[in-house]
Amino acid sequence: MPELTYLQAISDALRGEMRRDQRVFVIGEDVGVYGGAFKVTLGFQEEFGPWRVIDAPLAETAIVGGCTGAALMGMRPVAEMQFSDFVSCAWDQLVTVAAKQHYRAGTPVPIVVRLPSGGGFSGGPFHSQNPESSFAHVPGLKCVCPATPADAKGLLISAIEDPNPVLFFEHKHLYRRIKGDVPEERYTVPIGKARVHREGDDVSVVTWGAMVYTASEAAVALERDGVSVEIIDLRSVVPWDRQTVLESVRKTSKVLVLHEDTHTGGFGAEIAATVAEEAFEDLDAPVRRLAAPDCPVPFSPPLEKAFIPQVEDVERVLRELAEY
Amino acid sequence: MAIAREAEPVGSLSEVRDVGLDRDDLLGMYRNMLLTRGIEERGHILYKQGKIPGSFYTGRGNEAAAVAIGTAMGPDDVGTPLHRDMGVHVVRGLEPWRVLAQYMGRVDGPARGRDGNVHMGESRLGLIAMVSHLPAMLPVAVGCALAFRIRDERRVAVGWFGEGASSRGDTHESMNFAGTRRLPVVFVCDNNQWAYSTPTHLEYAAEHVADRAQAYGFEGVVVDGTDVLAVYREAKRAIEKARAGGGPTLIECVTLRMEGHAVHDDAFYVPRELFEEWAKRDPIDRFRAWLRDNVSLTDEEEDEIGAEIKHVLSDAMRRAEESPLPDPATLTDGVYAEPDELYLPHH
Repeated sequence: MPELTYLQAISDALRGEMRRDQRVFVIGEDVGVYGGAFKVTLGFQEEFGPWRVIDAPLAETAIVGGCTGAALMGMRPVAEMQFSDFVSCAWDQLVTVAAKQHYRAGTPVPIVVRLPSGGGFSGGPFHSQNPESSFAHVPGLKCVCPATPADAKGLLISAIEDPNPVLFFEHKHLYRRIKGDVPEERYTVPIGKARVHREGDDVSVVTWGAMVYTASEAAVALERDGVSVEIIDLRSVVPWDRQTVLESVRKTSKVLVLHEDTHTGGFGAEIAATVAEEAFEDLDAPVRRLAAPDCPVPFSPPLEKAFIPQVEDVERVLRELAEY
Repeated sequence: MAIAREAEPVGSLSEVRDVGLDRDDLLGMYRNMLLTRGIEERGHILYKQGKIPGSFYTGRGNEAAAVAIGTAMGPDDVGTPLHRDMGVHVVRGLEPWRVLAQYMGRVDGPARGRDGNVHMGESRLGLIAMVSHLPAMLPVAVGCALAFRIRDERRVAVGWFGEGASSRGDTHESMNFAGTRRLPVVFVCDNNQWAYSTPTHLEYAAEHVADRAQAYGFEGVVVDGTDVLAVYREAKRAIEKARAGGGPTLIECVTLRMEGHAVHDDAFYVPRELFEEWAKRDPIDRFRAWLRDNVSLTDEEEDEIGAEIKHVLSDAMRRAEESPLPDPATLTDGVYAEPDELYLPHH
């Protein structure tokens, strides 16, 4: 089985779908000639031509709205936001039009919006955000956040197949740092199903995206001290896999919800509330949350390090939970 | 200093023949304008009777522009009409009883009670349901044209926006993108001179909204929106130009909004003289006079058309009132589309 980077897995999925299905096309800023700011679509325009790999003007509303119109006419557009942060420029199209069209007009809007998200490399306030919770709150949208190369490929294919608008959050700090086995053939990872990243008995960590790796490192440290940590990689934020999370909580009785997005109103709050409502009797400790503090993503390295949950932070909270 | 071309009025019958309309077509357009007005007048009655929840909007004064453009569209073309464009729905074949059901929030309205007033569409008719945020449908219309261009189809998208909505960024992004790619889209500005209570001089500083087209690389034309034949001529020209690969056009149809923004609004801010002046230019009266003078429209024919419309509207009222209200148990159905939904694009 080939080993691909997270970025290669995304390219592989997208290229495969474009070869297989003429309705699929890519549109975004610098995706054609340049191959995409992160080179996800390198070589695509040469293979598929300028009308299936479209260099859009600097216009997120036109890009996303254009995808909605094209999808209503039977295409399967995959838009790229150059950075997830710029999706705020397309907010209205996603929330007002795409999200609500099927409910009120009966017509599916099968668009995918790819969002290079997350920080850890001094990107600053506008190149580092994780905006999944804002969209999780809007009925009609789906949000997926793969952490592994294999999941990135399978989830992107699922997203393209899905008849609904799907926001695909690809953590850009994983692009080249993370490698993994990725099956060569076409396969899907179901949207709405979590994955047990690591099995354990004492404490559960529910997380997604780059934080899966931070949690993993913390789990290794705790293992040495005899604490067995289970890590649930949510993979999909909307819809999310309540069943897998609640099963884990029932098993360990202690849970930490971890995300890189900011604390207040981050999607962890939804998970924490659900666990408290539905697994209260199974809990031996309060549900804990660990997230970035409520401030914009800072630029300078010491500030960013204090912002993004670090391995030591996760370790500390896990120990507190274990000792509760 | 105007940049856009100002359209000539249509005078003679030979000009009409030049754009491919025969007598039956002309009477059909007249009938559709009357039906459009009739639907909105019946709706207004229902609203006053308390049978229509929420607010009630009409496009009184815009019947010519809407019917003309709807008539100029081809069978496989698509559009994103707005709340002053009831005539487009009528021409494309949306049944009047379903429009009234829509107003009343009944299940047979195109939105099945999930959305109200003119927020309706029907994909088999090539019509996409609008949203309240204007002109958020304009990028969507451009996206339809993009699909046609990618697939090399001879189809055209028509996107509408008001002169008020032209102030928002969506208008700029849509026209700019369409211009760079010469997409088969026609932009229609319904300029009825008032955006709620805001007059045009507070919405834009150019002389015409259509002047902006040049900045996007295509032609802009201003036309008297009460002249159904002039609008038809310009729309037909623009739509066929787009179909032939000639890129977008911006058509600005100038009318006056003859009622308030919605019926709760008495439009006190509009000078009375303006209403008086434009009442004399009522699009239906104007076209009736033209038909009488140019194609010998007879009293019998008028009576026949009038009787047919009356019958259609009474039937529509009855059927609409028989349509049930939606079941609250279905409230969260359809938030998401299912994978096995038979998704049939218009073609």
